[in-house]
Amino acid sequence: MKKNDLILAAAIIAAAAVILAIQFFRQDNGEQHVVVTVDGDVFGTYDLAENQTIEIGKTNRLVIENGNARMEWADCPDQICVNHKAVDKNGESIICLPNKVVVSVEGSKTSSLDGIAQ
Amino acid sequence: MKDSEVGRVKNRAAYFGIFTALALIFSYVETLIPIRFGTPGIKLGLANLVTVIVLFRTGWKDALLLSVTRIILAGFMFGSLFSIVYSLAGGILSLAVMALLERTGKFSTAGVSMAGGVSHNIGQLVVAMAAVKTYQVGYYLPVLLAAGLITGALIGAVAGEVLKRIRNIERI
Ligand SMILES: [Zn+2]
Repeated sequence: MKKNDLILAAAIIAAAAVILAIQFFRQDNGEQHVVVTVDGDVFGTYDLAENQTIEIGKTNRLVIENGNARMEWADCPDQICVNHKAVDKNGESIICLPNKVVVSVEGSKTSSLDGIAQ
Repeated sequence: MKDSEVGRVKNRAAYFGIFTALALIFSYVETLIPIRFGTPGIKLGLANLVTVIVLFRTGWKDALLLSVTRIILAGFMFGSLFSIVYSLAGGILSLAVMALLERTGKFSTAGVSMAGGVSHNIGQLVVAMAAVKTYQVGYYLPVLLAAGLITGALIGAVAGEVLKRIRNIERI
């Protein structure tokens, strides 16, 4: 290891820490929704507090239960989305790359900010 | 061509074959390891070990040829067409960054490979974002940065040791 290696490592850690800090302070405890998009288009928005099962087309099945969302079933070959842990924090998402499905958790605050921005 | 030149060309082809085979084995081993970081794009990067060794030994051109060959072959054998595109984005970006850092001569294999690991993950993240047409995926950036740093440093340290031993063998 050279001194420059350590400087590089420190810079990478600092960048990760800054992004983490921004994410941490952006979170709020308000109402949370689950936004599902397919190929970039919004498929639907669901309340994270309400238990429900959502069929996303014929390719994926999402379950919202006890305040978190998980992909219960998918026809994709890699099954990364199904093995992904349940999500419940703002900004967290489950992605099914083969089916182009994105499930993300959003807070009420961020979505109203988005509304203003548009 | 002189005899010694013929020998060198043959030698180079043989080395390339061995390294490609090794990289493929590592790619395969990686598909068997049930490490799931819960995020697309995070891998141990075992195959990258071979790329780093070749980069330091014979230069970026061989390393590029090797990693493109490895990604395409591995994609056909254990992946899909999409996994090829996905891996190429990470692999080429990572190699470009590593080649630049290696040229400066200011970093050891560990530092170069660290930067490679991080840029590999960033390249894959960008492709993932483009594929799903969403920018939510950025949530995982800190995890991807940390993972690239750790796996890259480990791979680089091992590559450094291997290079040292190869040099010792050649001296005998
Ligand atoms: Zn999936």
